[in-house]
Amino acid sequence: MAITLSGDQAIPGPPLSSRLSPAQVWGIILLAPYLLVFLAFVVYPVGYGLWLARAPENYVALYNDPIFARAAVNTLIFLVIGINIKMLIALFLSGFFAQQRTWIKWLSVIFILPWAVPSIPTILSVRFMLNPEWGMINHFIFSLTGDDGPNWLNDPTVALSMAIAVHIWKSLPFWTLILITGRLAISHDLFEAAEVDGASWWQKFRYITWPSMQTLYVTCTLLSMIWTLGDFNSVYLLTGGGPADLTHVLSTLGIRYLRLDQLSLAMASIVCAMPFVLPLVYFMMKRLSR
Amino acid sequence: MKLPSLRDVATEARLLLIGIPVFLWTMIPIYHMFLFAISPKEDAFSGKLWPDHPTLHNFEIVFKQQHYFLRDFYVQFWNSTLIAASVGVLTLFIATAAAFSISRLKVPGGRMVLNLALFTYFIPAAFLAVPMYRTMGNYGLLNNHWSLILAMVTIASPYAIWVLKQASDKLPVELDEAAVMDGATTLQIFRLVYLPLMMPSLVAIGTYAVLLAWNEYLYAFLLLSNDREITLPVALGNFLAADDSPWELLMTTGFIYALPPAAVYYAFRRYMVGGLTAGAVKS
Repeated sequence: MAITLSGDQAIPGPPLSSRLSPAQVWGIILLAPYLLVFLAFVVYPVGYGLWLARAPENYVALYNDPIFARAAVNTLIFLVIGINIKMLIALFLSGFFAQQRTWIKWLSVIFILPWAVPSIPTILSVRFMLNPEWGMINHFIFSLTGDDGPNWLNDPTVALSMAIAVHIWKSLPFWTLILITGRLAISHDLFEAAEVDGASWWQKFRYITWPSMQTLYVTCTLLSMIWTLGDFNSVYLLTGGGPADLTHVLSTLGIRYLRLDQLSLAMASIVCAMPFVLPLVYFMMKRLSR
Repeated sequence: MKLPSLRDVATEARLLLIGIPVFLWTMIPIYHMFLFAISPKEDAFSGKLWPDHPTLHNFEIVFKQQHYFLRDFYVQFWNSTLIAASVGVLTLFIATAAAFSISRLKVPGGRMVLNLALFTYFIPAAFLAVPMYRTMGNYGLLNNHWSLILAMVTIASPYAIWVLKQASDKLPVELDEAAVMDGATTLQIFRLVYLPLMMPSLVAIGTYAVLLAWNEYLYAFLLLSNDREITLPVALGNFLAADDSPWELLMTTGFIYALPPAAVYYAFRRYMVGGLTAGAVKS
């Protein structure tokens, strides 16, 4: 497109088309579809959203909304506690799945299932399992103890923990898989040498596995934190933000404001998350474009 | 065959002590869904681990659309299929062209476009959902399949470009140079040299985009609302609108909906693991 335009414009010097090689002209043409998508569906929405969220009153309103404060705290719990538990389990399981056994090979094929199936039906499945009257878990508790089980999703702390558990269930296989790749890249000779020296399980981990995996582990943890900020399904489909809007996280809160027709508040709540998101994103980009 | 030593047995037992909980943890929600799908309503709600009378009746109801919530099942299945396929094709087209342009043609500004794409990739998609919803409204695309297709292409492209660019960089430059010597035009290089060599990555990225679109819930339920325009996940979410939802039918439909992506995933696992995990985290 830039080429057809250049003829009409009075630019000094040779026309654009003769300054660019044919390969570069094709380069611009082939890049154009993505640039169009980027302008129309990233730049415009983001700019428009920022413009909607420009008024300072929005932030005052957010500050005064207890649901926003609660959602911010929940998000933090989700990220700091949930992700770290998940990554520690993934690190542990990567060692388990690296064992050479036929049955472990088969188990690893099954283990991937939560990642391979869509989250909507499985989250709803868990939601029914937690149903206080009809759910399988309370039936089980009743048959074991004769007592009624708790009303799981009616307590904000338990409900949020369950949302975190669902998140872990869904994304644990992916991170375990990546950590397995990292673990398998470690030279086997090191372990054999350690074996000969009579190193304990912990020493092998501390002095061989961890030093070669820590960069990968930290990268994965940060990446998982950024992505979990956008985990809408685990909370929305399990608790719907309830009870009494106490289990919202930032990603579901934006949609809640949108539903209440408070678009500028929805945007402002997202803008508030940016000071936390952007440094993480910057750090990740630095890491990945090395 | 030598008898296992006591030490081997102990190791095996310890591994099983990890393996069995992992198996149960993984399978219970999926088994629960399957159990509901083959149970009559009374059995499903009684908390049994296996129904007294397993049945395929629920599947029959779904396939014959014999319930209020299921009256547009086939239309919605088709919507999901069409949208996923379109997102796959469009993402592949846009991302392959961009990766070729940035990696092989070294277009000026390519590095910056790549960084912008990477930046978009890291911003959680849920944060873009609200402004995207308004934007689609401004473009007059709400309730139109194109709104979801374009939104999903926007979300899928950055990662696609990035992975394909990484893969392109690994192809030797000499190939392009040799083709140019033979008088090949840029498009011929793209078609005859580049595309065939990139096939494994293209399969991985195509699968990634198709699954992403098929599984998407948030954007689908924001952008589409008409019963005959929505995709299957939105229809599943709509089951919750009633107090006495037919959960056995919800789980049956969910089971049917989950089968194609699981099958695709396992069929292309070789490509997915190689192509995607390598790109997902470069340490």
